[in-house]
Order: sequence, then C-alpha cells, then structure tokens
Amino acid sequence: MSRESATRIALIYPELLGTYGDGGNATVLAQRLRWRGLPAEVIGVPAGEPVPAGCDIYLLGGGEDEPQVLAAEGLRRNSAIAHAVAQGAAVLAVCAGYQVIGASFPAGEGRIHDGLGLVDVETRRSFEQPVPPRAVGDIVVEPVPELELPLLLGYENHGGRTRALPNGHGRPLGIVRKGVGNGTPDHTDGVVDGRVIGTYLHGPVLAQNPALADLLLSWVHGWLPELAGPPETEVLRQARLHALDVHA
Amino acid sequence: MSTPFPRRFSARTRAALAVEKLASSASRQLGRGSGEMIGGKLALRVSPEILSEVAAGQLVACVSGTNGKTTTTRLLARALGTLGPVRSNSGGANMAAGVLAALSKPPYDAAAALEVDEIWLPKVARQIQPRAVILLNISRDQLDRSNETRRIASLWRDLGAELPGATAIANADDPLVAWAAAGWSNQVWVSAGQNWTADAMVCPQCASLLHRNATGWWCGCGLARPEPLVSVTGPHELLWFGRHLTASIDLPGRVNLGNAAMAAAAAKLFGVEVEQALAAMTGLEDVQGRYQEVELGDSGTRGRLLLAKNPAGWVEMMELLNSTPTRPVIVDFNAQTADGRDPSWIWDVPFERLRGRRVLVTGGRKEDMSVRLAYAEIPHTVHPDAESAAAVLDEKIVDVVANYTAFRDILGRVAPVRTNS
Ligand SMILES: [Zn+2]
Repeated sequence: MSRESATRIALIYPELLGTYGDGGNATVLAQRLRWRGLPAEVIGVPAGEPVPAGCDIYLLGGGEDEPQVLAAEGLRRNSAIAHAVAQGAAVLAVCAGYQVIGASFPAGEGRIHDGLGLVDVETRRSFEQPVPPRAVGDIVVEPVPELELPLLLGYENHGGRTRALPNGHGRPLGIVRKGVGNGTPDHTDGVVDGRVIGTYLHGPVLAQNPALADLLLSWVHGWLPELAGPPETEVLRQARLHALDVHA
Repeated sequence: MSTPFPRRFSARTRAALAVEKLASSASRQLGRGSGEMIGGKLALRVSPEILSEVAAGQLVACVSGTNGKTTTTRLLARALGTLGPVRSNSGGANMAAGVLAALSKPPYDAAAALEVDEIWLPKVARQIQPRAVILLNISRDQLDRSNETRRIASLWRDLGAELPGATAIANADDPLVAWAAAGWSNQVWVSAGQNWTADAMVCPQCASLLHRNATGWWCGCGLARPEPLVSVTGPHELLWFGRHLTASIDLPGRVNLGNAAMAAAAAKLFGVEVEQALAAMTGLEDVQGRYQEVELGDSGTRGRLLLAKNPAGWVEMMELLNSTPTRPVIVDFNAQTADGRDPSWIWDVPFERLRGRRVLVTGGRKEDMSVRLAYAEIPHTVHPDAESAAAVLDEKIVDVVANYTAFRDILGRVAPVRTNS
C-alpha cells in the first residue's frame, strides 16, 4: 500500500503522558518518513480534547500517577483508538501508557483503575510479597524472533508489574536481557497484539531503536524506501551496548 | 578545655560543633574537598537536633526549588549583607550537613541565607524555623531520583503548618508552588515567570487539567494564580509593591532578574530596601562558575559557562543564548548519578532553536545528544571534551552549556579568564 496523503501520528495527551521525553517518539517517526521523502503529520492531542479518529499511529507515553489516571479517564470516554486499531492503525504505548492500554492499573495508594483494554495485560504494584522496589535503570530486551528486530535498548522507571491475562491475546515484546521489564517470572517485557505494542522501554524508545520505528511505519504504510541512519543512532547503540556490557 | 561556642548551646551541641570543626579542618588538610560534608554529617550524628539550636533566634532565610537555588541564595546573601555578616552554604551543599556547616561557623548571631534541597526542605526548615522561605519553582529533575513533582509540592504545603512564623516568598506563576504556599500563614507572591509549563498541567489540588492564558492559570476547583505583589515586567524592570522600578543586575537573563526579585522580596522582610538589595546584588557576575568566562585549554578560545541540568533550565539557557550574538555553542552532556542516569529528558528540549549556530557536542553521553540533534536536523560535530571542541574553532569566545557533573568537571579543569588584572 502506498499513498499520497501524509501519515498521521497522534501524540496522545503529551501534557499527561510525556514524562520521559516521550514526544521524541513522534519526532522520530515523522523524521524517518520525511527523510524518505514521505509526508508526515504529527497531531498533538491536548488532554481534554477528543482523540481524532483516522490517525495511522497513536503514541502514549509515561506519566506520574495522577496524570495517568486522568489520561485513562479521558481516553475511556471515547473509543477512537480502539476503532482506529480495528481499522488497521498502530499503537505504541510506553510505561504509564502501556499500563493504561491494559485491562487495569494501580495508582496513588494502590487503588486499581480501569484501563482501555486494548491489550490483555494487567498491572499491579506487585504480584508477589515482599513488594519489589521500583524498577529503575537501563534495560535491554531481546525481541521475539517473529518481529525480526535487533536488541531493543532503553531506560525503565516504573513501580508496577505487568502480566498477561489468562487466555488473553498477544505475546510479550521480548525477553529481558538486562533490567526488569514486566517484572514477571518469565523475564519478559511488554506486549505485542496485532499492531499494538506496549513496553516499559523509554529513552525515547524509538530514538534508540530505529528498526522498531520502521516496523511501526511499515505496518501502517506498507513498503518503505530504504533509509540508512542517521549514523548517529548506530554510534549510540554501540556505545550503549558497550557501556552495558551486552553483546548483540 | 573551653570551646569557642556560645554558652547558650547545649553541651551536646557544643560537642557536635567541636567534632564538626575538627573533621572539617582534618579533611581540608587531607585535600578532600572543603570537608564541610563530612563534618556536618558527623555533627548531626552527635546531636540530631543541632540545627534548631544553632539557628535559634537568628535571621534565617531558606531558598528552595528545582532551578535557581544557588544563584538566588547568592543574591539573597548579598542583599542581607547590607545589614551585617551573613552565613551561607555558598558552595551549594544543600542537604542537612551542608546547611549545618554554614550555620556552625561564627559569627553565631549572624543572619543566614541557606540553599536547601527541595526534598530536604521540610526536615531542615522544621528545625531551623526560618523567617522567610523562598519557593522558586518545581519541575522535573533527575527523573530516576524523584519523579513525582506533586509529592514535593505536597511536602512543602504540609511544611507551612509547622512554620507558623515564616513567610513564603513564592512564585505565583508556578501552580505547584502556588498551591504549596497557599497553605502557609504568610505569603509574598512574586511573578518570577515560568517558561516551562509541562510539569504543571494538572491542578495540584484536584487533579483536573489547569486552564491557562497569557496572564495566568486557574482551575475549576478555585485554585488560581495569586495576585503578585512583585512582578518581573521587562528585561530591566520590576513592579514592586505597586511601583515600577528599573532593576539591573549583572547576571544575564530574565530568569536571573526573577531570582533577584524573589531574593529582594525576602530581604525586605529583614528590613532591606529594594534599592539597597539590588545595588548589593550588582557586581555578582558568576555563581560557582556559572556565566563565568574560562580559558578552554590552550586553544586561545574563551568559553562562557552555562548550566542547564533539566528541560526548564535548557529553555532558560536557549533564551539567554539567543539574546547574545550567534556564537558557537559547545554542549557538554553527562548522565551520571548526580545528573540523573536517564537522559531521555533531552527530547523535551527544543534543540531546533539552535539552528543557525555552530554546535559541538561532548560529554559522557555525547552519543545520546548527537542522536537528539540529528533528529532536530542540527548539524554538529562530536568531540572528546570541551577543550578539544574549542581547539577546532577559530573563535574568540563560545558558549558552553553543560549539565551538572559535566559543568563541575569543566570547572575543575580550566582556568577563569582574568578580567581585572
Ligand atoms: Zn483544581
């Protein structure tokens, strides 16, 4: 599929879900299209505004507890994202955003809030006793082979633990080589279900993992012209792998 | 042996002060920094309540906030200096030990201008019972250390009840600060500006979205920007309790005039007239190396050192960079523990605004900065350190923007430019 119109990238509630430089994911996607000579449009969706239907990629980022609850409440009011996904749109949800697209998540003094139910995962403070400490630090994930992606690099900072619902759809994004990720006994991070990806990796994740950015773009755009670089990314990836003593 | 400490201090506190003095001088002689931290830590162990004793009855003001603490404390110390000697933790050691080190130096009845870390403020202020507390701003900093800006606001708000005699000098433009200070018994509201609003979009009182326009912010629950008594109204102009006055200090930028206004408002509580305060602040040209010009190696290039350790700080520095001629800029970026190990915040900084300027990148995380600049389409070169970056330039002077440890490291390596020799 190729087309004339711009690929539309919706950045959902950046004031609420943008704690970890998450707006960078939109910048990366748009630039990688433009550098290929393809038009791109980033649509910032301010909190409180209705989420536009008909975007190609929806991005949700990290946030503190109260903004996260507020974002989930806002997004539950209309089902624009779910409808778009049914029409073939992609979603990348990071950290608090990942928790929000699941079935439920905790906030504040441990109250459980409903998520969007876009993916079959649930988040709690912990599924074990004693409650483990907040997961903070560099994270490296080996993606599931079907995605044909190189190692995913990022940074994580979250208190919650996330697990798949019994008999749910989807599978993990990958196996954690360094860091915590979902924090479940299977040492996984994230979830992939169709064109919806949830992950604890920020950094922003697409800045450090251009292949993941191109995968999302190929899902909604079809065939993409080859794009080498930018060379700075490969330099960064090599420097990080070296610093973390992880071998590809 | 009699100690040189005032007799009003308890034996325990005199002993703690003696320990502090001993440890400080010993560690100074061993060449391990100023020795203030270790001395202060030991003294706090000997006498945990020591801060309340050494500060009792004195004219003490605290300064806290994410950005501008050190500068504002220096400005305040200068203003209070018009009244007599002032004790201050001018070295930037801003937790309990650093505050104690400042207060444990004679003269013991001198006024004090104390920089206090945001999270330590309640602990420290509860003991020393300051008469004035400057609350500058709250924004995200060191994401992996304290990621809840509202938690800091909440700590500050609760503190008000424990400081019945204190006045909050509070930035009315920052909703988190305004909500925190609203619970105090006395406030002087200052419009010091807020050019970084991303961390204050949600009402700290009711968690709904805040409304904003050019003149302020408000929420449906009733929380709104308080009417300020002091405002920064221009690059060199203040509205000061109803009258306009020209205000010029030597530190550059609107943000520093805001800091000066906050400091002057605090000094007013101690009886210092604003004209006196501003005059005393003039002449301060650098704060611990910030804004200072240094020789960058033997390249013959001078660097003006600028500190930017979080998105709010970078936006301030952009404003400053763009108010001076288009010099090359060296960006020196680390992500060590003291900086926060998570560098993702650089994606919140509008680096696109550096377009048209020659940009050189260095630091422990130069590769992260380089990717950020690549996506901002800012051509740049990457160098092992600031000095070798300067060496490829044929310039008299460049701006060097560094974050916390990068800044500290440069300052440790280079020599200041001698201006008055
Ligand atoms: Zn409210």
